[in-house]
Amino acid sequence: MTLSTPQSGTSLDIQRLRGDFPILSRTVNGKPLVYLDNAATTQKPRSVIQSLVNYYENHNANVHRGVHTLSMEATDMTEEARKKVADFINAEEPETIIWTRNATEGMNLVAHSWGGANIRPGDEIVTTEMEHHSNLVPWQEIAAQQGATVRFLPIADDGTLDLTDVNTIINERTKLLAITHASNSLGTINPVKELAAKAHAVGAVVLVDGAQSVPHMPVDVQDIGADFLAFSGHKMMGPTGIGALYGRRELLEEMDPFLTGGEMVLQVTYEKASWAGLPWKFEAGTPNIADSIGLGAAVDYLNSVGMKNVREHEKQITTYALKRFEEIEEVDVFGPRDPELRGGIVSFYSPDVHPHDLGTFLDQQGIAVRTGHHCTMPLMGRLGVPATARASFYVYNTEAEVDALVDAVKGALRYFAYGAK
Amino acid sequence: MELNNLDDLYRDAILDHRRSPRNHEVLDNPDASAKAVNPFCGDEVAVQIAFSEGLISQVGVQAVGCSINQSSASMLSEALIGKTADEIGQLGEIFRNMMTGADPSPDDAAGMVDLQNLSGVRQYPVRIKCAMLSWSALEDALSEYRSVATG
Repeated sequence: MTLSTPQSGTSLDIQRLRGDFPILSRTVNGKPLVYLDNAATTQKPRSVIQSLVNYYENHNANVHRGVHTLSMEATDMTEEARKKVADFINAEEPETIIWTRNATEGMNLVAHSWGGANIRPGDEIVTTEMEHHSNLVPWQEIAAQQGATVRFLPIADDGTLDLTDVNTIINERTKLLAITHASNSLGTINPVKELAAKAHAVGAVVLVDGAQSVPHMPVDVQDIGADFLAFSGHKMMGPTGIGALYGRRELLEEMDPFLTGGEMVLQVTYEKASWAGLPWKFEAGTPNIADSIGLGAAVDYLNSVGMKNVREHEKQITTYALKRFEEIEEVDVFGPRDPELRGGIVSFYSPDVHPHDLGTFLDQQGIAVRTGHHCTMPLMGRLGVPATARASFYVYNTEAEVDALVDAVKGALRYFAYGAK
Repeated sequence: MELNNLDDLYRDAILDHRRSPRNHEVLDNPDASAKAVNPFCGDEVAVQIAFSEGLISQVGVQAVGCSINQSSASMLSEALIGKTADEIGQLGEIFRNMMTGADPSPDDAAGMVDLQNLSGVRQYPVRIKCAMLSWSALEDALSEYRSVATG
């Protein structure tokens, strides 16, 4: 297989860019790796890997405690990374960025610290039918605990939100709109800015799940009107175990901590404690110093590529993939057809090959896709399928890799139709 | 395309059981029944068993999911007929051993009917749970049967 398909439309040299990712040159089952599981996690450029090595070899120390040189260096490095992340999403100030493990932890932090204090009996939490379990289960839990109700913006058959009844679903009882910016199962990009404006008009707070948008397109928290934005580092070329939660300063200041202990206190007596300022109030215990620095390196890398270029490239790849999938009539592709309305995610299903059998078949060809319910079990029910196979792209994927996928899916359909011969 | 590895997983017998699942009808008056779900993939198996004079006389098994799950359930249903609850327990042991690498002895293999065709699954560790799902449903059904029988 050749990977030298020219990429038009952006000035990116994808072959050169691929050289920055050591793992992309390995083989799987004797075939060149075709990594199409980027919505699950992304590969890491050498600069991110190197930033971790550099930290551990030269600067490793605990932060915000010691007066020694290493501690000050480590503190400066993690705080510099926080500033990079803040700038990346155009947050007003670095103190509004809280380090978490991942987007899930960010959403849980808001559910407990903000939801526990602000959601009251009879209140409504509005979310959508396409949420990842991480932006659904915390709200079910807090609603049950507080006597509130979770309401859903439905999805239309094309995988976009059906906003026919939006003005009754978002109403004066709405306390929170918790919505994904881009669906991890369908690829749909939601009109969060318009919906945030509607939510704010009734006095509700807006939480945006940015796990699938922040890595793939320019995201400006102030422009979209997110009061909270949660995302994961490992889905944007950063290390696992680090994520960020943005929160509007006024909200964060009112909130009680999620976890308590060391580093997050101002003063402690044997009877009581008072809390440190932002962001440390929410960062109990020794934080994930190394991986926060790695996330900063990932932001540097993405900035050097340019987020507009990332988005443009993924739009091209997705358009190409949707076109190629039209050749296979046994396969249904979910989500909107208009590439403007979707990110680089293509979920598909054929009743002739179960997604798990397909996943094993593709793996034999070196092709990595995700199969299953993608942590969106209610959505699978809504789509009427047990599971889907999902190809998800990043800036390093090529049209040749889409070709490899589509040809292999065709091969799988033949294989399972006629048996092992 | 080199699919030799895959052919060892998806043997003809497996694809055949997937296309024509055996004992697929739901039993109306079973002595015991159970369901098992794999929350990670959403696969499901429902099992009903009926005994006559201590031997399994009828089996119903309905599997939803991948071909390994479906064929394992279908093959299992054939292997159950005419066995006692204790013999099924032993068969389960033999099957589990096969999945972790120990091939059955010729005597043991005789009682497995088509189940031996699933030995290729052990090369794909993430798929072993697909082959085991119908066994967890069956084991629940057997404990129900035993608790009723010993009452």
